[in-house]
Amino acid sequence: MTSTIPASDSPAIELRGLSKQYGSLRAVDGVDLRVQRGEIFGLIGHNGAGKSTLFKMMLGLVAPSSGEVLIQGRPISGGDFRAIRRGLGYLPENVVLYDNLSGLETLQFFARLKGAAAAQCQPLLEQVGLADAGHRPLREYSKGMRQRLGFAQALLGRPQLLFLDEPSNGLDPQAIRDFYRSLQALREQGVTVLITSHILAELQERVDRLAIMAAGRIQALGTVQSLREQQQAPLHIELSLASEADVLFASQLLDKQGLPGLGLQHGAQDRRLSLSCPREHKMAALALATQLGSRLLDLKILEPSLEDLFFGLGDAARRPA
Amino acid sequence: MEAARQILTLAAKEFRERMRNRWVLAVALVFTLFSLAITYFGGSAQGQIGPRSIEFIIASLVSLVIYLIPLIALLLGFDAVVGERERGSLDLLLALPITRLELLLGKYLGLAAALSLSTLSGFALVAGLLWQQFGWAGLYHYLGFVLSALLLGLAFLSLAVLLSVLARERTRASGLAIALWFFFVLVFDLVLLGLLVAGAGGGWLAGDALAYALLLNPADVFRILNIFSLEDMRTLYGLGTLVPPAMAKPWLMGLVMGVWIVLPLALARWRFRS
Repeated sequence: MTSTIPASDSPAIELRGLSKQYGSLRAVDGVDLRVQRGEIFGLIGHNGAGKSTLFKMMLGLVAPSSGEVLIQGRPISGGDFRAIRRGLGYLPENVVLYDNLSGLETLQFFARLKGAAAAQCQPLLEQVGLADAGHRPLREYSKGMRQRLGFAQALLGRPQLLFLDEPSNGLDPQAIRDFYRSLQALREQGVTVLITSHILAELQERVDRLAIMAAGRIQALGTVQSLREQQQAPLHIELSLASEADVLFASQLLDKQGLPGLGLQHGAQDRRLSLSCPREHKMAALALATQLGSRLLDLKILEPSLEDLFFGLGDAARRPA
Repeated sequence: MEAARQILTLAAKEFRERMRNRWVLAVALVFTLFSLAITYFGGSAQGQIGPRSIEFIIASLVSLVIYLIPLIALLLGFDAVVGERERGSLDLLLALPITRLELLLGKYLGLAAALSLSTLSGFALVAGLLWQQFGWAGLYHYLGFVLSALLLGLAFLSLAVLLSVLARERTRASGLAIALWFFFVLVFDLVLLGLLVAGAGGGWLAGDALAYALLLNPADVFRILNIFSLEDMRTLYGLGTLVPPAMAKPWLMGLVMGVWIVLPLALARWRFRS
């Protein structure tokens, strides 16, 4: 059924000046965004940042106060909303489906509503590892099984665009890995994925680009690497030293010849020194480290994590306005 | 035709769930037991056991149904929308290629089918007994009663769906459902009666106006449908003087019941916006 959506050069999702006002609260404030086809796009932010409202407006569940949402170049709530929605897959956060239906019946129900072939249901159950549980009622499903069923439901009708809200909730580490593998496979088929997660470490290696939202606005947008550069986020350098005396020696050395911005971050622990180092002083910091000679056992350079970037945006980005 | 298919899919799922959790069976059993008991023992105060007169049986069943069916319909429908909202599945449904009207109608029709099936099967046994005892004439009146009971259920189900759209939480919806039951089944008539007594000397709400006020309560419409369709009943209750003759027309009262089914649903659609 996805063939009903014409291939065009328009982005998978385009938001133009999108805002939502609830009484005196501006939940989403003038968001412009383009997500390209075949992109895995992450959306992060604290609770109340406007993520959910933005998500719901993109799906046509909440009408914007101003601005517009275009899905593959067409308005989400326009006259051909049925054709557009057949090409969407959605997994809401913490969704509870129908306890008295079996996994297979649940998929068949959604398949009928979506106009997808019923023959897809069993292979999808197999894909998410629920083939044996397909005939059991959902009340016997664990949280992880329900989440996997929800994902299978989102894949009905081979959508070109997936909206996944906290999709790894309740999944065990193996299932999380399998889940992201299937996302990669979908991406290679040209499927666009929009994903939110509170587990930032999980997203950072797996999204092509991401947006950090706060106070209804997009505060930062780009690849994880470009966000690091935009924010001039410092690197972490970890030194392992041979003895306590060496730790003292090293910190004195750093004090004496200290580079601007270079400093002890966590203090000395277990004969280790943790430093925060501005990007441009990386080589100078390494040169300093070589002066430690045999006192230095090991050295690690860590890029700032997505979490660091998120918190690096400052208080305004983290707390509701 | 796409709309019809979506509505049917939604309705079939609602219906299947109520069959699966034995809701239909339980309600049918309740009706069977009560209707059998009333048919057999309803006249025991008069020193008689077993089906006596069809009018008497229907009058007793009306009093039973007027309490039970609104309660059952309200309990069946109060979480239709708010329940999905609370489980997080409402957003999922609304992101599918369906409209809000299709969702409401699908839910309503599925629940209506479950309610109707349980009501019909619950009263089926007594229908058989009455047919044996009184033949077609008796059955005819009884079928009229069953049909009006169905309409009563559908009207309260429609009110329940309206509640479930208005309420933001499931607990609040259940509270509202019980309140609505109290109001229509217990309080409304008392208030009217009070007004009647207060206006006995020719107050503003007297005579026909009071009788027409009964139409504001689907439970009373149901009572009128059953009591006034039977000649003996009118004399028995001495209500012939109270109620204008227009209200003795079953088709007209059926129409009023139809309004009670459509209006809350239309309101629900109006309030169920994005």
